[in-house]
Amino acid sequence: MNQLSKWIGWLLFSLLGAVAFGVIALNRGESISAIWIVIAAVCVYLIAFRFYSQFIARRVLKLDATRMTPAYRYNDGLDHVPTNKYVLFGHHFAAIAGAGPLVGPILAAQMGYLPSMLWLLAGVVFAGAVQDFIVLFISMRRNARSLGDLIKSELGHVPGMIALFGTFFIMLILLAVLALIVVKALAESPWGTFTVAATIPIAMFMGIYSRYFRPCAIAEISLIGFTLLILSIVAGQYVQEDPAWAAVFSATGEQLTWVLIGYGFIASVLPVWLLLAPRDYLSTFLKIGTIVGLAIGVIILSPELKMPALTQFIDGSGPVWSGDLFPFLFVTVACGAVSGFHSLIASGTTPKMIQNETDARFIGYGAMLMESFVAIMALIAAAALEPGIYFAMNSPAAIIGTTVESAVQTISQWGFHITPEMITQTTQNVGEHSIISRTGGAPTLAVGMAQILSGVIGDTAMMAFWYHFAILFEALFILTAVDAGTRAGRFMLQDLLGLFIPAMKQTDSLMASLIATGICVSGWGYFLYQGVIDPLGGINTLWPLFGIANQMLAGIALILCTCVLFRMKLDRFAWITVIPAVWVCICTLTAAWQKIFHDNPRIGFLAHAEKYQEAVTQDIVLAPAKSIGQMQQVIFNDYINVTLTALFIAVLISILMFGIRTILQARVIHHPTTRETPFELLPVYASIEK
Amino acid sequence: MINNQMNHIWKRFAQSMRLMVGVPEYSVYVEHMRSAHPEQTIMSQEEFFRERMEARYGGKGRLNRCC
Repeated sequence: MNQLSKWIGWLLFSLLGAVAFGVIALNRGESISAIWIVIAAVCVYLIAFRFYSQFIARRVLKLDATRMTPAYRYNDGLDHVPTNKYVLFGHHFAAIAGAGPLVGPILAAQMGYLPSMLWLLAGVVFAGAVQDFIVLFISMRRNARSLGDLIKSELGHVPGMIALFGTFFIMLILLAVLALIVVKALAESPWGTFTVAATIPIAMFMGIYSRYFRPCAIAEISLIGFTLLILSIVAGQYVQEDPAWAAVFSATGEQLTWVLIGYGFIASVLPVWLLLAPRDYLSTFLKIGTIVGLAIGVIILSPELKMPALTQFIDGSGPVWSGDLFPFLFVTVACGAVSGFHSLIASGTTPKMIQNETDARFIGYGAMLMESFVAIMALIAAAALEPGIYFAMNSPAAIIGTTVESAVQTISQWGFHITPEMITQTTQNVGEHSIISRTGGAPTLAVGMAQILSGVIGDTAMMAFWYHFAILFEALFILTAVDAGTRAGRFMLQDLLGLFIPAMKQTDSLMASLIATGICVSGWGYFLYQGVIDPLGGINTLWPLFGIANQMLAGIALILCTCVLFRMKLDRFAWITVIPAVWVCICTLTAAWQKIFHDNPRIGFLAHAEKYQEAVTQDIVLAPAKSIGQMQQVIFNDYINVTLTALFIAVLISILMFGIRTILQARVIHHPTTRETPFELLPVYASIEK
Repeated sequence: MINNQMNHIWKRFAQSMRLMVGVPEYSVYVEHMRSAHPEQTIMSQEEFFRERMEARYGGKGRLNRCC
């Protein structure tokens, strides 16, 4: 009886999901309420979790509740601590959720909400969550070793080194694109710049207070910091209204770039307690709080989606980023559907704390479903804006010009309703000087969030506050990521360089660490600068490159998962990772190939270089260059981008080859050849602690 | 009864928030040290807190957050 009612419950769930999809699919032409997307998504997640993840957990991986976990084997009360699964879920989710899932869907919305929504759901169920879950499983069965180590032991030493090397470059692009989002959001915006700048003294105050007066009181110092942050948002308005102060905090994109590069260098060599740790508290708690707030807002307000389900830009002619739906939509949506970086997290601290093997399903698969839901909310926030406003904010100045009139004219020609009043009204509501060409996704998300949050708390009068709150929230965790990423990159680089120059390996040597930090910062700084001066807004070039890099890392992780399945002699189940691995490889390799060789100069780097080369021979100067010397620089940048993209292709293909070799070797041996830690029983007291 | 449960949920929530910034339970650490390594000295709460902070951010090239 009980069994029957359960099945009826799931049947009703499926029906509800089907109805929601029906509404979304059939209501073409008129706008629908966001609640249908939320319902469709939640039904898909629940059904996928209940059935698909259970199938993987029980039939394929055979998670064993009696098997020893690293947390018990190496229990030290520090790194390895058996942790309750709900507590650990929070930790894991906070580690994987970042700016990626928020920005990707916003940029992808230029093709309408439907393609992104479908890929966010299908991608997470069959690729993203599967990757996170299986990598977590693999690491957990191998003493919580890192991705690089896992590749070394399962595929071989050389592919392990290649993957490590590739990861470093992927990280440089990641940091550059994150920093670019901040620059784009803060350029010429004294209110935003002031509040973000204020986080530095606030964090330092928290750091000192915590170090000397109240150590360990995380909640207390976070609350103090949070109050100061809110005050700084309020004060920001006065800064903006006062011409003298406004001038101090108005910076061009280029100025902000240099500030950020300097900041990245200094912040990553400061002691961690002073700046990084306290700001991490703020950004982590703010992130979780804002995501919860946004979810409540979306559900209560359930805004109408004004963006069409599909726009004419599915042909690849869109202003926000260039390229056809296949493959570029998939690399643009990125993190919310499948994110390669999660394989680093899933083989990081989480597997050291898993109490029981069976928890891996909820933590690995479940947390990724949650991340996809965050991406769905970002998509809703973008699609709930007037499409005219969306395109005014996200199209580069090279396409829509820099004035309200030129923007209105161009966007109306595309067939979206927009008036100069709409733009000036929105600009006023959010307390900005201009919202034209504020590319990068963050300002769009901020306007969307401000609309939703001010609908719940406050009215249009509060919109400016919520807008700057949203900008601050994004900038805060991006800056934390830049700081922490530079540190991590420095260690990675010292490890890599140490292979050739032993002196570089000494992480406690001041000289070696300064050199490595310098290389790291100039690496991402170079791409950042290049993005800032790009007349197409930089996001146009850098985001697809970032998406390609991130998705290629996912490809590498899925290849590892596939190899492990074959080594476990689970050949008949290998399709669960083979299919997503093949799809991710096809998407990223096609996208990377097109980024290099496409004849459209907006897509292909070589075509772009050629266009500039031709102009140079005719002595014509094309924007952004102001002289022939700068033209040469643009051409040089194109070749750097070509080299980097080619490097990514080479990394993925070589890992693919090593993977195929591993699979073929495993196929001819008739017994499992995995390198798992031998079976041990979980201690008896472990079951009591649950 | 309900009060107890709420307390329990709140404790778990606070634990999870602390773990998000890399600080596990101090009491669990102390208990572990007492039962497993009674001969070793136990770090004070402040030392424990600093040790965890260095481990999280001083990092050995391991990423603990995502894009």
